[in-house]
Amino acid sequence: MTALSIRHLSKTYANGVEALKDISLDVRKGEFFALLGPNGAGKSTTIGIVSSLVNKSGGEVTVFGHSLDTERGKAKRLIGVVPQEFNFNQFEKVFDIVVTQAGFYGIPAGQARQQAEKYLRKLGLWDKRDSAARQLSGGMKRRLMIARALVHEPELLILDEPTAGVDIELRRSMWDFLTELNGLGKTIILTTHYLEEAESLCRRIAIIDHGVIVENTDMKSLLEKLQVETFILDLAEPVTEAPALNGFEVRLRDERTLEVAVPKSEALNNVFQQLAAKDISVMSMRNKANRLEELFLRLVERNLPGESQP
Amino acid sequence: MSLHQQWVAFLTLVVKEIRRFLRIWPQTLLPPAITMALYFVIFGNLIGSRIGEVGGFDYMQYIVPGLIMMSVIQNSYGNVVSSFYGTKFQHSIEEMLVSPMSSVVILSGYVAGGVARGLAVGFIVTCLALFFTDLRPEHAWITLLVVLLTAILFSLAGFINAVFANSFDDISIIPTFVLTPLTYLGGVFYSLDQLSEFWRGVSLLNPVVYMVNTFRYGILGVSDVNVAASLGAVFVITAGMFCFCLWLLHRGTGIRH
Repeated sequence: MTALSIRHLSKTYANGVEALKDISLDVRKGEFFALLGPNGAGKSTTIGIVSSLVNKSGGEVTVFGHSLDTERGKAKRLIGVVPQEFNFNQFEKVFDIVVTQAGFYGIPAGQARQQAEKYLRKLGLWDKRDSAARQLSGGMKRRLMIARALVHEPELLILDEPTAGVDIELRRSMWDFLTELNGLGKTIILTTHYLEEAESLCRRIAIIDHGVIVENTDMKSLLEKLQVETFILDLAEPVTEAPALNGFEVRLRDERTLEVAVPKSEALNNVFQQLAAKDISVMSMRNKANRLEELFLRLVERNLPGESQP
Repeated sequence: MSLHQQWVAFLTLVVKEIRRFLRIWPQTLLPPAITMALYFVIFGNLIGSRIGEVGGFDYMQYIVPGLIMMSVIQNSYGNVVSSFYGTKFQHSIEEMLVSPMSSVVILSGYVAGGVARGLAVGFIVTCLALFFTDLRPEHAWITLLVVLLTAILFSLAGFINAVFANSFDDISIIPTFVLTPLTYLGGVFYSLDQLSEFWRGVSLLNPVVYMVNTFRYGILGVSDVNVAASLGAVFVITAGMFCFCLWLLHRGTGIRH
C-alpha cells in the first residue's frame, strides 16, 4: 500500500521562485524513506505541502489513499509532523503542549493525558513535564516535537532535519527510537543533512535539487551507482610527493597523508601492492566522505546550472 | 473528523486560550480593573458630582454601562489580536494547521477565548462599579445579548487585525489609532443629545455608539439610538465578519505560503 503519493506537484511562491517543478514520488507503507537535497532544493516545501502548511500550485497529494484536496481531515489525521524549527509556545508547559496537540486531533482529555505521558516517558521528558518549553535544552525541545507529533498515533511520521544541532549521543538514541517506531510499522519520511543518518536508517531515498527529483531509488541501488570511492591513507613514513599508482588518481594531502580515488572496477589490494612496491607503509585508512555523501555531491553537482553532464 | 472530535478540538482551543489570559492575569485582568476604578473615582465621583444629571441619571450611573462596554470591547479585541498574532510569530499556529481541525473550529475557538476575556473583564468592572453606584438591569436579556454580540464582533475584528499583521507594531496601530478614538467618542461619557446636530450626525457613523447605547438601554432603560435596529445591525455585521474571517482562514491569508 502507498503511504504517500505525490503526483505532478508544483509550487511557485508569490515572489516568483519556482520551488517544485512537477515532482512525483511514492512512499510505501512501512518504509523508512529519506528525502535529501541541498539547502533550498525544495525538501521543506514538499513537506510543507504534505503537512498543509504550504499551499500547492498544482498536482495532487494522497495519504494512504486519502486526497489532501477532497479528504483533508482524514489525510491529516494519519500524518505526524516534526518541523525543522521549534514551533511551540515557549511559555507553555511541556505536558500542556502535548495534551493540547492531542486535543486538536479530537482526542478526549483523559486519553490525551495518557498518550502524552506515554510519549513523554518514551522520549525521556516526563521529568520535565511541568517545565515551560523555553527552559528545555535544544535536544529536549526536539524530542518534545517528536512526542507532540506522535501523540495522536499517526501512521506516517515526517521529520524535517530532526537531528540538526543535536549532540552525537542524543542523535544515536533518536536513531534507535525512530528505528523502533519503524519496526512497529510506522512509515517514516526523513529529511536530513547528515547523509550517514540517511544511509544507516533509510531503505529508500529520493534526492531533490532545484525543485526536481534527480534520484529516487532504494539505498542499495543508489550506492551501486557510485563509480569512484575516495580513501584517505595515513602513512608510516613521510613522503615528499604523491606516488604514481597505475590505475588510480593519487593526491598528497600532507607529507604523511594520501588521498586515493579508487574506481569501482579496481581492487583495493592493488593500491596496497603498488604502495608496498614503493616501500610505502600504510598505518590506517578511512573513507574521505561517507559513500552516500560522495554520491550525493556528484548528483547535486551534476544538476548545478552550467555544469556539464558526465 | 466527527462532530464529537471537532467539539473536543474546540474545547481544547478554548481552554488553551482561557489558560493563556489567566496565566498572565497581571497583564490581562488587572490593568483594566485599575483603569476603570480610576475612571469611576475621577469621572464618577470627583468630576461627575459637579456635572449633574445626564439623561435623567446622575453622571456616575450614566457612564458605568459605557465603561463596562468599553472594557469588553478593548479586551475581547486585545485577546484575539495578541494571542493569534503570537501563535503566528512563534509558528505555533502550525500545531493547528497540521491537525484536522476545521477553519470554523479554529475561528470559533479564538472568538470564544476573546469573548471569555471580554466578559471576565466586564464582570470585574461591573463588580467594581457596584462599589460606586447601584446597578439593576432594566432589560437583562438585551444587556446580555448586546454584550455577547459586541464581544464576538470585536474578537473577530482582532482576528482580522492579527491575520494581516506582520509585526508587533501592526497589532498596536489599530487599537491605538482606531479602536480607542471610536470607543472614547462612542457615547461612553456623554449623551448624543448634548452634541450639536452636525456632531450628532457624525457620531451616528460610529458603530460603537450603537453598542454602548443598546447596552445602556439594557441597564438603565435609556438610549440615544433605536435599540432593535442597533441589535439587528450588530448581528448582521458580526455574521458578515465571521464569514470574512472564515474565508481568510480557508485561503490561508497571512498564515500559509
